[in-house]
Amino acid sequence: MTKTWNNRAWFMVLPVLLLVAFSAVIPLMTVVNYSVQDTFGNNVFFWAGTEWYQDVLSSDRFWNAMGRNLAFSAIILAIEIPLGIFIALNMPRKGWGVPICLVLMALPLLIPWNVVGTIWQVFGRIDIGLLGRTLAAMGIDYNYVNDPFDAWVTVIVMDVWHWTSLVVLLSYAGLVSIPDAYYQAARIDGASRWAIFRYIQLPKMNRVLLIAVLLRFMDSFMIYTEPFVVTGGGPGNTTTFLSIDLVKLAIGEFNLGEAAAMSIIYFLIILLLSWVFYTVMTNAGSEK
Amino acid sequence: MASTRQGAANERDRTLMRGETDTTTVGSASAKSAEVARVMRRRGEQSRFWWLVPTLYIVFLLLPIYWLVNMSFKTNQEILGTFSLWPQNPTLRNYAVIFTDPSWYKGYINSIIYVVMNTVISVAAALPAAYAFSRYRFLGDKHLFFWLLTNRMAPPAVFALPFFQLYSAFGLIDTHIAVALAHCLFNVPLAVWILEGFMSGVPKEIDETAYIDGYSFPRFFVKIFMPLIASGIGVAAFFCFMFSWVELLIARTLTTTDAKPIAAIMTRTVSASGLDWGVLAAAGVLTIIPGALVIYFVRNYIAKGFALGRV
Repeated sequence: MTKTWNNRAWFMVLPVLLLVAFSAVIPLMTVVNYSVQDTFGNNVFFWAGTEWYQDVLSSDRFWNAMGRNLAFSAIILAIEIPLGIFIALNMPRKGWGVPICLVLMALPLLIPWNVVGTIWQVFGRIDIGLLGRTLAAMGIDYNYVNDPFDAWVTVIVMDVWHWTSLVVLLSYAGLVSIPDAYYQAARIDGASRWAIFRYIQLPKMNRVLLIAVLLRFMDSFMIYTEPFVVTGGGPGNTTTFLSIDLVKLAIGEFNLGEAAAMSIIYFLIILLLSWVFYTVMTNAGSEK
Repeated sequence: MASTRQGAANERDRTLMRGETDTTTVGSASAKSAEVARVMRRRGEQSRFWWLVPTLYIVFLLLPIYWLVNMSFKTNQEILGTFSLWPQNPTLRNYAVIFTDPSWYKGYINSIIYVVMNTVISVAAALPAAYAFSRYRFLGDKHLFFWLLTNRMAPPAVFALPFFQLYSAFGLIDTHIAVALAHCLFNVPLAVWILEGFMSGVPKEIDETAYIDGYSFPRFFVKIFMPLIASGIGVAAFFCFMFSWVELLIARTLTTTDAKPIAAIMTRTVSASGLDWGVLAAAGVLTIIPGALVIYFVRNYIAKGFALGRV
């Protein structure tokens, strides 16, 4: 669609601008403020320059949390994306099954995040949880409270449970938008099921899959509530992801300067990723 | 009653537009159903067990939820003492506790108040902005759009502490409006994105025809444009509702007692009162219900909404 140049459109954007500026820019300035100052209490602040940034960037704690978070994001992407596509390919396209599938599959997405945590906390407990009891009965030594590996498995399975539906819904939306002519052509050529997937369905799902990958990456990169409820970041620090670490630093230890510097670094990474996301999305849109 | 005041020409145009949209949707729907029938047939030749995959997946999704529901109907002795796949002595005590104790049921009221406030504010602010983005080019529009997106991607953990200080300074801590405004951080950009996607699907000729017919902008927007993107508004409202409903970190930081959301009351109870599992489970089940209800109404648009209106 060709758009006309009209600077008065700014007036329409103004409410959004003010609203988001109030809830984003002002808080962000507070963070910037803290990140370059130090205090000995009594609300007396003095200039600290880039000290806090150097502290954060040279601390093992930050890089460990970052490493854990990247590993977590990589694992859940590697599971959720193929699984989501696979399920979407096998979903019914017509009839009474469609609304049932859609509603039931979207259900986990609408559960408050800490309730998701609670559900899995209860589900996995070895004394009262179905999963914990079943695994114990099968002779598997499973305890997410003490064992780092089990804690990771629990957090990952929980995330797969929580968010795979997003990938399914997006892939499904991409699949139903493929015109029938494509399948007819493939049929005439005698294409195999794999060829249809590889050369028709996958390219057509490109755009929605991109959205799925990026949304899942961003959201898993700032995951907080669910692992916090289930494991509290433990055992030890083994499931302490960036957001959990940040909240610990800011509210638990009240180390404002370092927390602020970490926030800024964290936010810059997100900003960079958003930029990639935006560029790719708008380019995909212009090709269409 | 409003239509009596409108000229015959406007009326005709409106029906024309309606007719246009109707035929297009009907056309694509019938093409889609033909395609669907073929896909189903082809699939039938290849494998009889395709339904196994979604079924297994749904079972996987429902098992943990079932376990929570199961627990919510049990007494604490049964939860801790025996292991049973369904309640042996079903009890409604856990739900009774929640519905009789104000500190519990008020949590639901609080959550619903701020979620609804946030949804109304977000959609109302996003509507004109989305229209501007979908119809006009203006100074800095792309940068602005990008900046909005970054806020959707901003980690709530970064904002928790500064939000607390900001709203303290305004004396808004522990009010519903504070949480509603704070959630605008990610819901307004989301609403703008979704609405912009839906609005771009409406041909620009409709706007121009309406202006030629002498519609003023507000009247055109409310009378003609909003009905055309009604599904988009519904989806945007749904997503604002959803993300405000599931968010806890910011909501918990900004409230102490009077506006505390149910999700936060749950966590408090877990840590303080020696784990009343039954009540905890019942509270959890009750938080799932509103989501399950609203999702039914937008089931056909969920995917499009998640794709930010861009499927």
